[in-house]
Amino acid sequence: MSALVEIRDVSKAFGGVQAVSRVSLDVQEGEILSIIGPNGAGKTTLLNCISSVFHPEKGTIRLDGHELTRLSPPRVAALGVARTFQNIALFRGMTVVDNLMLGRHIHMKNGVLRSMLYWGPGRREEVAHRRVVEDIIDFLEIEAIRKRPVGSLPYGLQKRVELGRALALHPKVLLLDEPMGGTNHEEKEDMARFVLDVNDEWGTTIILIEHDMGVVMDISRRVVVLDLGEKIAEGTPAEVKANPQVVKAYLGTKAGA
Amino acid sequence: MPAMTLPQFLLKNAREHPGASALREKEKGIWQEWSWADYLAHVRAIALGLVSLGFRRDDKLALLSDNRPQVYAAMVAAQAVGGVPVPVYQDSIAREIQYVIDHADAKVVFTEDQEQVDKILDLKGSLKKVERVIYEDPKGLRHYRDPLLMSLEELEERGRKLDAERPGLFEELVGATRPEDVALFCYTSGTTGVPKGAMISHSNLVSAIEGILQIEHYDRTDQMLAYLPPAWIGDTFWSLAGSLIVGCTVNCPERPETVLENLREIGPHFLVAPPRIWENLVSTVQVKMADASWVKRYLYRWLMPAGEESARRTMEKQPLSLRLRLLRALGEFLVFAPLRDHLGFGRTRYAYTGGAPLGPEVFLFFRAIGINLKQVYGQTEAGGVSCVQRDGDIKLGTVGKPFPNTEVRLTETGEVISRSPCVFVGYYKNPEATAATIRDGWLHSGDAALFDQDGHLVVIDRAKDVTALANGTKFAPQYIENKLKFSAYIKEAVVVGQDRPYVGAMINIDMENVGKWAERRQIAYTTYTDLAQKREVYDLIAQEVERVNRDLPEGTRIHKYVLLHKELDPDDEEVTRTRKVRRGFVAKKYADIIDALYSKAPAVGVTSLITYQDGRQATVRTELAIRQVGEARELAAV
Repeated sequence: MSALVEIRDVSKAFGGVQAVSRVSLDVQEGEILSIIGPNGAGKTTLLNCISSVFHPEKGTIRLDGHELTRLSPPRVAALGVARTFQNIALFRGMTVVDNLMLGRHIHMKNGVLRSMLYWGPGRREEVAHRRVVEDIIDFLEIEAIRKRPVGSLPYGLQKRVELGRALALHPKVLLLDEPMGGTNHEEKEDMARFVLDVNDEWGTTIILIEHDMGVVMDISRRVVVLDLGEKIAEGTPAEVKANPQVVKAYLGTKAGA
Repeated sequence: MPAMTLPQFLLKNAREHPGASALREKEKGIWQEWSWADYLAHVRAIALGLVSLGFRRDDKLALLSDNRPQVYAAMVAAQAVGGVPVPVYQDSIAREIQYVIDHADAKVVFTEDQEQVDKILDLKGSLKKVERVIYEDPKGLRHYRDPLLMSLEELEERGRKLDAERPGLFEELVGATRPEDVALFCYTSGTTGVPKGAMISHSNLVSAIEGILQIEHYDRTDQMLAYLPPAWIGDTFWSLAGSLIVGCTVNCPERPETVLENLREIGPHFLVAPPRIWENLVSTVQVKMADASWVKRYLYRWLMPAGEESARRTMEKQPLSLRLRLLRALGEFLVFAPLRDHLGFGRTRYAYTGGAPLGPEVFLFFRAIGINLKQVYGQTEAGGVSCVQRDGDIKLGTVGKPFPNTEVRLTETGEVISRSPCVFVGYYKNPEATAATIRDGWLHSGDAALFDQDGHLVVIDRAKDVTALANGTKFAPQYIENKLKFSAYIKEAVVVGQDRPYVGAMINIDMENVGKWAERRQIAYTTYTDLAQKREVYDLIAQEVERVNRDLPEGTRIHKYVLLHKELDPDDEEVTRTRKVRRGFVAKKYADIIDALYSKAPAVGVTSLITYQDGRQATVRTELAIRQVGEARELAAV
């Protein structure tokens, strides 16, 4: 079985800092894979390489056989990769619905002129996309805030809207960069449930960066550990937890010492 | 009205008005509609689906769900095969759910979604009598493999199959239902003891609706909003029985959080709400007004008193002066009509408050802006509602007069007793309680009341709650509490003072409104407890307490109060699911705080055990300040 996402020997440096070095990784279709590691381990950089925000110096990344490595971010998105960001990337002055509709943009086929007309294909397309967006609103249980400007929402809800914006793309692969960061206990539980439900309902493959080990161990099928840009471990949550190298990277001492 | 059962009314509506709208629910941002023919089709499928599972006459179907068209359909479906629906409060904690489902001997449980399914599966070990758990929304349940589970879709599919095999079976079953059959188990929350399952027959419900129809005019084209827990008799009364008998449309909100928005979209012709909702609406208006532009604030402050004055004079049947009439007309144009429209009461003919007494200030507020708010009174055991204030004969503080088909009397001790075709069958598996409640055909309510000179019933309090101070001064705690709760800053209050020298109050601040108030004044706070213990917040509440005291007789004024560190919560058994204070329990639980209200101590320490969601427990210690009313001013004078 070939993997949905194949990462081969990817390296990326910023000046003298080697952020990611020679990382190889296969992500299977339909799995939830978590990337963990101490601060500065290169987790976000790796995610940025997949979504083509950065282009790696060496190595290749393939999605379903398509090479992503040199493509522009919009092209990668069109191939089915969506992501959320550590520090929420939404249009704060726009409503929740409008932000989600923007997430559908990549699927809109009408040109500027056609879209400006109220009747005809422009309207039909708008209605069709709104239907998809309403499904997502229903799924994420955010009906009550549909018309609220995103900037006025509590942080945890903004995170949920951002997940919605990514889902609006109907991605094959969803990259989540700390979806639970800065949220309270209840919001964390909600988000974990939504991540599982997305995976379950739509079969979306999910690559997740998260610091909350409880959540990571609970919801991931596999875990990959990065330290100083290198992959030091990979396996099921239980295997990774028992790995002495991982314990060392996290605690800075020998296991058991 | 013909002696029919609710499923028979459904057949009649589907026959006479198949295309008219029966139920609506907002889904995916759009109001989705079921006609009476659709309603019948779902009931038929669910009923026969239940039959295919072995659900028979007298079997019980428990329901755990928010207001959804499917819940009402499932309730009628259970009735159609001669079974009994048992709605359970959907936000109940596990122990309560377990008690009700087990006590009712429910064979099948209808749940809304994963959340409710999880609750039932967790309790599986102690719910031996449950044979099936039906779920409506499959989201998140894909990998559940429990043999108890079945989707509503599958159940309906089985029902349709059985219908094709045995056409006419459904009509036969519905034809066999009798008006005296038990139509509903309604577990009364009860401010004391364990819940009791009141058995209510079809003819009880039909008679109760008949009673209100003798007074009020409901139309087939009327709209109503079903947003209160289906386990509350008030919801069954209007959303199930009322809708089926009258033929009007029931609208279910999109989510519990969108009720106010949906209320505005629907613009119901009649609506019932417990005092809590009316109090919240007043708070919403007050808070929005505080944030409004100065023109709006000015108009509101100028014209609102005129509105209240005219409403008061109209109720007292006194003439309105020319000045009042003019101000009222101006107010109607500039403030009242827009406000009504904004709240969603643009075409409301009747608005009811029931379940618990409503403070007179709140009542007057709605009458002032031209909403026909009326007090209803009743009890679960009498089919829900048995007294209502008549149009043109509204009086503050009364609950109106009984329905024409209901006889209401007072015992020598002042307890309300009633006799009518609505009086329930009895409590399930509890003949002692039944015998104590129905004596010689009279239903004993446990409420203390009196009749005023115009024949209006005035309910004072629960009979056992009316109490006296040590010096013998009588007072009704609930009356004072309702006055406190009129304040936008007070969410809940418990008034104490039995056999004590003076009246004291424990108060829950309204986190949202006090929080906004604090933000405007740049008062930093972290948690509920922290906010409640701010000196400024105590000062704010002091003004509210003094306002209440001005209207109270000298002897029963609040002398000392304390702001509690947590909200009273049904999960902690401090209030019932319908938000009635469980006095006995609260008095015991907060004994230290109550003692401190009668000591010279300036503060009292409380230790509370907090259970986190992951099961860890921690004890938190807080000091709660005790404030004497007028204290701040006395200090200032020194």
